[in-house]
Amino acid sequence: MFQNVGEMVVLFWATLLALPLTWRQRHKVFDQFFEIGNASLLMVCILSFFIGGVIALQTGPLLVERGLGSYVGGVVGYSICKELAPVMMSILIAGRIGSAMAAEIGSMRVYQEIDALRTMNINPIHYLVLPRLVAIAIALPLLVTFAILVGWLGGGFVCVANNHIGLSFPAFFSALRDTVDVQDFANGVFKSFIFALVIAVVSCHQGLITRGGPRGIGRSVTKAVVNSIVLIVICDYLLTRILLK
Amino acid sequence: MTDTPSHSQGVSVQVRGLRKSFDGQEVLAGLDFDVRPGEIFVIMGPSGSGKTVLLKHLIGLEAPDAGEILIGGQSVQSPEVMNQYRMAMVFQSGALLNSLTVGENVGLYLCEHRLKSPEEIARIVAEKLEVVGLKGTEDKMPSDLSGGMKKRVAIARALVIEPQLILYDEPTSELDPLSAVVIAEEIVNLKERIQVTSLIVSHDRDLAFGVADRIAVINQGRILSIGTPDEVRRQTDPLIKQFLHAGFKRL
Repeated sequence: MFQNVGEMVVLFWATLLALPLTWRQRHKVFDQFFEIGNASLLMVCILSFFIGGVIALQTGPLLVERGLGSYVGGVVGYSICKELAPVMMSILIAGRIGSAMAAEIGSMRVYQEIDALRTMNINPIHYLVLPRLVAIAIALPLLVTFAILVGWLGGGFVCVANNHIGLSFPAFFSALRDTVDVQDFANGVFKSFIFALVIAVVSCHQGLITRGGPRGIGRSVTKAVVNSIVLIVICDYLLTRILLK
Repeated sequence: MTDTPSHSQGVSVQVRGLRKSFDGQEVLAGLDFDVRPGEIFVIMGPSGSGKTVLLKHLIGLEAPDAGEILIGGQSVQSPEVMNQYRMAMVFQSGALLNSLTVGENVGLYLCEHRLKSPEEIARIVAEKLEVVGLKGTEDKMPSDLSGGMKKRVAIARALVIEPQLILYDEPTSELDPLSAVVIAEEIVNLKERIQVTSLIVSHDRDLAFGVADRIAVINQGRILSIGTPDEVRRQTDPLIKQFLHAGFKRL
């Protein structure tokens, strides 16, 4: 375990040192960026809309019953932008994109494609890890921004449509605006940036250490997703503690 | 941007006391041999005799437990070697990047190191593919090719580097006899054209005795014999004789 952590730190550091080469790899970054966005945008929309709706449905009637209807927008807006959108979307991306990264790099490792790169004096970190890390570090915060807005919309829609809550759109968003400020929004997006780095490093590392044929690839994919989710939750606690007002 | 020379000189290889074990099993048991610049050196031996592991050591993909490998007098483990000498390896499976087209695979080295313009890369790729008899396959994906065609694309990819040392891992396996002859001719042509040092591991006796300047026969990680094809043929060691003369008998 500690060896894996050490290798991941070394991989992350080596990728950071390679950042000046990003422009040379821009086509691969764009391909990965398109892959992440294209594969996940619809899922992000559906997931965040319904998460917003569920939070509104769970909290709305309780708050309205106690005469606190004006807080529904704040509760939904705050919980979505600071916690639910960054964490849920990162877990979704770990499952969809992290698994794909581990599988692709793992199969390249098993079928000697990475050895072939090395014999051509092409650094696998520059060629494979750098574009993926940069792409996901840009794409995930954008997806989370999108998820926050769609989640708020979902919450607002439920508040209007549900008879037990019965709030108007302006009332919902006015309460949300009073509670959530730009810094809260930025904190959520910043969290997702850190989670993106975690997903990229864990998944690429698992891919690079894959051994033993198709079964090894399957094992790497599972480990990449599980380890990413565990680290996301641990980092979430640490970041929340650090960013707490 | 540097430019690849169109004319390269082969480089020497020296292997000294090379040992490697995996999980307590000794795969290379103290190998010693020299390969001269511009020579075609074939390492023959039965399957599992450590040939591929040796090749991986020669190009720095594996680190030895003991001993050293010198390329042009410098340790293959030193980072400067890969920058100073152009080396290429043709893997047994081809090891083509499955997400790239045939043309992108062949031109990968030039493209990633920015050695030529895209137009020039396209011209060189077409030229190398023609050499291996795969003209016009630039836009195909590796998954569309047979095993033999993948091997030829891998050879074209190695040729693009204009290497000073080229390592072949079973270059004629999975090839039909005609394609095997084409590849063997290309190995010899390369030596004549750019004086490249070629190191081939194979159990194809026709290939070995057809192209080699010298042959080493290894078994269980040890060298049984090194010499010219004629010297190896004259060996009286029963293991070598058995390996060289094994054949099917009509029952």
